Amino acid sequence: MSQKQYWSDLQDLSNIATKTEVAEHEFKEELPFDLSDSVFGANTPRRDFLKFLGFSTLAATIVSSCEMPVRKAIPYAIKPEDITPGVPNYYASTFIDGGDFCPIVIKTREGRPIKVEGNEMSSITKGGTSARVQASVLNLYDKARLRHPMADGKEATFEAIDRVVKEGLASKQAYLLTCSILSPSTTEVVAQFIAKYPNVKHVVYDAISYSGMLQANEASYGKRTLPTYHFDKAATIVSLGADFLGTWLSPVEFSKGYSHGRKISAKNPVLSKHYQVESIHTITGAAADDRATCRPSEMGLVAVALYNAVVNGTAPSLASANLNKLITAAAADLKKGNGMVVCGSNDVHVQIVINAINDKIGANGVTVNWVTTSNYRQGVDKDMTDLVTAMESGQVGTIMMHGVNPAYDYVDSKKFVAALSKVPVTVSFAERMDETAQKCKYIIPDHHYLESWGDAEPKPNYFTLMQPGIAPLFKTRAVQDSLMAWMDAGQTYAEYWKLYWTTRLSGQANFDKALQDGVIEPAGEMANGALAFAGNIGEAIAAVQAKKAGTGVEIVVYQKVAIGHGGAWSNNPWLLEMPDPITRAVWDNYLCVSPKRAKELDAELTGFTEIETKKRVASIKGANGVTIAMPVIVVPGMHNDVVAIATGYGRDKMVGRAAASDATKGGKNAYPFTAYNGLTVDYFSPVTVTKTAEQYEVAILQTHSSYEARPVVHEFTLEEFKKDPKALQKERGSEIGHYAQVPWIEEGKEAHHEGGEHIANPEMEDGYREHGTLYPNHPYEGLKWGMSIDLNTCTGCGACVIGCMAENNISVVGKYHALRSHEMHWLRIDRYFSGNPDDGDTIQTVFQPMLCQHCDNAPCENVCPVSATNHSTEGLNQMAYNRCIGTKYCANNCPYKVRHFNWMDWNGADAFADNLFEDGRRDDINDDLTRMVLNPDVTVRSRGVMEKCSFCVQRLQEAKLTAKKAGRPLIDGEVKTACQQSCPSNSITFGNVNDKESEIYKLRKEEQQERTFYVLEHIHTLPNINYLSKIRNTSEIIAGNEKKDVMYTDHI
Amino acid sequence: MFYNKKTAETRASTEKHFLQNVYKFQGLCCSFASLLYKGKLIFKFIPVPESLKPMFRTCLRSIFSFFAVLLLCNFTAIAAPDGKALFMSNCASCHNPLKESTGPALQNIDKTFPSKEWGYKWIRNSAALIAAGDKTAVDIFNKYNKTAMTAFPSLTDEEIDAILKYVDEYKAPAAPGGGAAGAAQGQPGVTDSNGWLYTVITLSLLMLVVILWRANHGLRRSANEKDGVPNEKEIPLYRSKLVIAVTAILIFILSGYWLVNGAVNEGRQQNYQPLQPLYYSHKVHAGINQINCLYCHAGAEKSRQAMIPSSNVCMNCHKQIKEYTGAAEHPLKTAEGKEVNGTEQIQLLYKYAGWDPVKKDYNRDEKGNILATPIQWVKIHNLPDHVYFNHAQHVKVGQVQCQQCHGNIEEMDEVYQFAPLSMGWCINCHRQTEVQFTNNNYYSIFTRYHEELKSGKRTKVTEAELGGMECQKCHY
Repeated sequence: MSQKQYWSDLQDLSNIATKTEVAEHEFKEELPFDLSDSVFGANTPRRDFLKFLGFSTLAATIVSSCEMPVRKAIPYAIKPEDITPGVPNYYASTFIDGGDFCPIVIKTREGRPIKVEGNEMSSITKGGTSARVQASVLNLYDKARLRHPMADGKEATFEAIDRVVKEGLASKQAYLLTCSILSPSTTEVVAQFIAKYPNVKHVVYDAISYSGMLQANEASYGKRTLPTYHFDKAATIVSLGADFLGTWLSPVEFSKGYSHGRKISAKNPVLSKHYQVESIHTITGAAADDRATCRPSEMGLVAVALYNAVVNGTAPSLASANLNKLITAAAADLKKGNGMVVCGSNDVHVQIVINAINDKIGANGVTVNWVTTSNYRQGVDKDMTDLVTAMESGQVGTIMMHGVNPAYDYVDSKKFVAALSKVPVTVSFAERMDETAQKCKYIIPDHHYLESWGDAEPKPNYFTLMQPGIAPLFKTRAVQDSLMAWMDAGQTYAEYWKLYWTTRLSGQANFDKALQDGVIEPAGEMANGALAFAGNIGEAIAAVQAKKAGTGVEIVVYQKVAIGHGGAWSNNPWLLEMPDPITRAVWDNYLCVSPKRAKELDAELTGFTEIETKKRVASIKGANGVTIAMPVIVVPGMHNDVVAIATGYGRDKMVGRAAASDATKGGKNAYPFTAYNGLTVDYFSPVTVTKTAEQYEVAILQTHSSYEARPVVHEFTLEEFKKDPKALQKERGSEIGHYAQVPWIEEGKEAHHEGGEHIANPEMEDGYREHGTLYPNHPYEGLKWGMSIDLNTCTGCGACVIGCMAENNISVVGKYHALRSHEMHWLRIDRYFSGNPDDGDTIQTVFQPMLCQHCDNAPCENVCPVSATNHSTEGLNQMAYNRCIGTKYCANNCPYKVRHFNWMDWNGADAFADNLFEDGRRDDINDDLTRMVLNPDVTVRSRGVMEKCSFCVQRLQEAKLTAKKAGRPLIDGEVKTACQQSCPSNSITFGNVNDKESEIYKLRKEEQQERTFYVLEHIHTLPNINYLSKIRNTSEIIAGNEKKDVMYTDHI
Repeated sequence: MFYNKKTAETRASTEKHFLQNVYKFQGLCCSFASLLYKGKLIFKFIPVPESLKPMFRTCLRSIFSFFAVLLLCNFTAIAAPDGKALFMSNCASCHNPLKESTGPALQNIDKTFPSKEWGYKWIRNSAALIAAGDKTAVDIFNKYNKTAMTAFPSLTDEEIDAILKYVDEYKAPAAPGGGAAGAAQGQPGVTDSNGWLYTVITLSLLMLVVILWRANHGLRRSANEKDGVPNEKEIPLYRSKLVIAVTAILIFILSGYWLVNGAVNEGRQQNYQPLQPLYYSHKVHAGINQINCLYCHAGAEKSRQAMIPSSNVCMNCHKQIKEYTGAAEHPLKTAEGKEVNGTEQIQLLYKYAGWDPVKKDYNRDEKGNILATPIQWVKIHNLPDHVYFNHAQHVKVGQVQCQQCHGNIEEMDEVYQFAPLSMGWCINCHRQTEVQFTNNNYYSIFTRYHEELKSGKRTKVTEAELGGMECQKCHY
């Protein structure tokens, strides 16, 4: 047992009764017929049984007496030369969503994109992806996408709209309102468009604004741009409210860099030091070594205190002692060099202070790069407010909007909508009927990015190209094509784009190579350098200090890792059903409050627990008079005076069926709680929160599977690890060591060992494998698959969860069924807290990805009455769906709780039509359009069977076949599981354990032997997945409430 | 031409039927023999006067030995290598017993070998002989355009003998159009008459038992009458409890068997031979004209799907070949016997392909795209959704001949499903098939097997030993 007590949710600490009940009744479904204590004593069980028997026999007879359907095999009329049916093609492209960027590789089968992977050739993201990048392929097949251009809500032709818009452009002042544009060729097209129509102004607006940073950088360095942050080079990272691993700026890029400094081994026990000050609990805060909370309005003062501590050595004098301690320590570490400070605030003055600190600690040119800057965000809030004012005054004749949805996410959306109604010609390029498009006269839907040609320049001289994976599904037109049509360019954007790049790359051959690679980058390491800080720090500090920290409750408007700012993601069922890493809630947004605040709201520990799905609803009243009612979710680690709501929810029903906010799901819009401070938008504001008598159900998945408080994670401080790297192995040794020898040989020697220490090592593991059981040991010839997951680098971002869903056709079950524990995720990320729930600063959080452990001595295999789950010669725990009869014994017997029963025909795989829900409702995934996303190499499961992780067996088989065809052995690293491939922080290693040269073998037996452990190893399940212990670079691992931990004392 | 679905079935599964018959007959023999051997048991059912018992036993013993001998004969028959099967799976893709194809006609080819041993060497590895400069070998090699014969190192002497015996004894199927016999009749009727013979013997033996039993019964009754012992009242058969019980049990077992069998076969469609939108004869293309399967089904070595060619692949040849000229030697007919005009079918192909035979060019739209429409073939081989099958794995890696699963496709005008495509059928092959273990470097990681092969502890590695029978090889 490690030194630390973890609780997966607050009930672990307090209300044990409900928890135990839930743990005991894993499948709380009631049988569909009357069943009293004695089967024969019940009212009519026998008759019911006969009825069911009769019905099923009759049904089977009818179905089987049907004639075999005549199926067609239709070949291509003219087969495209580069497509072989059954063999995937890969195209390098770029994921773009506003300023969010990720170089990708599109996997297409028979010409339709089915999966998106990171492009490993990019030096920026190095093959990493995020949950949203993984889920973007589902957006392509979204039923809610607009299928044709529209005028006044009716279908129209491009030509008709072109005519009207051209007339409009010729007359009054016109505006082109876009999100940040990373594409150099699009910027060129816009410039040409403005040259043709000089009365057009281009305004950039970002849903989540980084205006504060842009303006501060302009003031400090004379460049309105963002720097590049080299997290890999940072020894000390101080983040003031920046969720850089989850949502801030470029999380994939930062995760790659950050994980570089978080890789640790006994041979090289060096770890970067990460301080996090935040108001809410983010995944970045969870990864941090030291963490403290503050009010959002206090963030500027924290920055100033840090500045003073760094520059003058002044001891900070903030209200919170933890905060003061953290700032003092952080300042000391920053001064050692290779430091970096990032800040999530959108306040210009705060960001100037941050720039000043980075300048003083010598970060510029080392960890903060001002030579190769970043183009991720370009929007300045003042431009947008000016535009709204202009629209209001009736000066604007035409407005064209691309990639923006101000009617939903603008700080004062009502004002924007009112102003929009005064513009005569309103054009939207929205791909769906979003809140803004509904208010526009003309809609020319843009292609999805997987249907588009394009490019991106995330950093100067770093380019990526975008090519379509499929021809446009609908009658849509690229934005650039619209602009070019209106300026009578006489060519399409695709032609223009190709010419642009062949010219720029001087030659067709270079262009072809670039298109194949997807990236064009300067050789060698990224150019780095500093700029002289020229900001007025005194003025900035004065301005920050002039704003007093708030006193009452403050609300923070934050982004969820999955949904982000909203947009198309709000209607992506994969993302909606991805549990939020911290709250583990799905399908809703809610009011996050600290446990202490929740007690005041009478929401927590009074029956409204995580297990109880019904949540207390609180009414939130904003300073601007906005009032909404939201369910209360308790989040340990939040500041006690802070509440938080996520963006991206509360969408209009025309945005899509999954996004639609109604009485049962979908949440509320959080943007009304943002505030404009005259320069930039603040993502916090003072509110009053009052409890109501209402209740609202929220589906939280954390409690759906319980380990009954058995220890599953191991965590050490860096100090402890350096002092005794073998501590974990000693712990393991004491558990398994006794079973690693044949008892009768050891009998005499046992006394000798008494008092001595068992230290687990590979030999002991082998001994335990062989002698820990009565059964014979199975040798594994050739291949034996194994996986290792590093808890130290895992940030809980959820990219693997979505990668797994996309690869393995995993069903989305919807909120109603998620509430009933019917979720189907093969891979979940468990979240464990430790610390004192009443003090947010003490909370330490660990994430543990949990998937089928592919036990060599699997408890599930032994109990299957039909042998539907059994073991392969490669160490895979196999699941044969067509053999499964759904007894659920395996799920009951699985100690890891990774098996999921398929309760409904989620994917329309059933032989009976409309057999999905009781009311015959069919979900979007049953639509032919949405079903195009399914991976044809993986069975689409119907109801009544168990499902679980297969180690992406289809990929293993494919890689083996490739090797066999080439007549060579498998190359280590040739095959990657979907989760491994999607991970932005390289936490997952996978390979053949029998291969002594493989990465996984070396890692387990040599490099990381000290940190290796297996979950619940002592029950001799012999898992094929090992974990690497978490090492926190902090002075202490905050102990849990051992006394209060009833589960612990009761069970162990 | 006598060629319908029924005969197709007969032809396709003659061999299998034969084997089945043999197995069934063996079973019958076994059960009969054991029943007789347990003479005492018999006497419980057949009351025999004590005086007659010794004689009865002698009779029984002779019957038993008769069956035992029959049984033994059967086993020896099974143990000998099946020349036809070996020929079909190894040789048929390049050789015909009577006609020259890729390789020479094989009938009586063994007579041309310098020696029997030479023949074995040649068949196992002709390249080695040629390389060694053997004159006969080099001559043959040159005669056949230097096309190397595939090596069959795994064939044993007995197996080669069996193949040669088969081809030597092979008789051409009766000429098409000849009426009754028909090309589709397939291989020697011997096997059929064998089964017939066994059935007759079994039935007559059963008759004999019944007659003996009735005679015995009558004799006993008359003997009783003579001795003045009162006879039991005779119960008519239909009221006999024994008969009713046995019949009921038999009906139950048979109907259960029928039901289970029916359920198991649900969704299987062996011998399915649908009418296709275009009459395409594999016999004309792959058989008579010897077009390589992979020319059209190019995916078979690359992909899970063998791939049905698009019509532009057809047009590679049919731009030149505008009419069917082989109607004299091989008239095209559907399974129902309806005549098909080959030239008309080529015209139909032009329609699908968007080819204008007069203009000698494709019809194109304004963008220059060929105006072709795909041919909507009726899918014959249907696997359930939860089955993953990969052609490349079998064709490229496993070196399995197309015919092994698809039958003599080069003999089929209209394709039918040759194999049952049931899981049992797949598994059976996986169980026995020897993996090309030493030729493919992929398997080098299986060090223990290699050591065992080297040390002679094992002679081969089967698919099953490499996990070929595990669920997740085909179901995921």
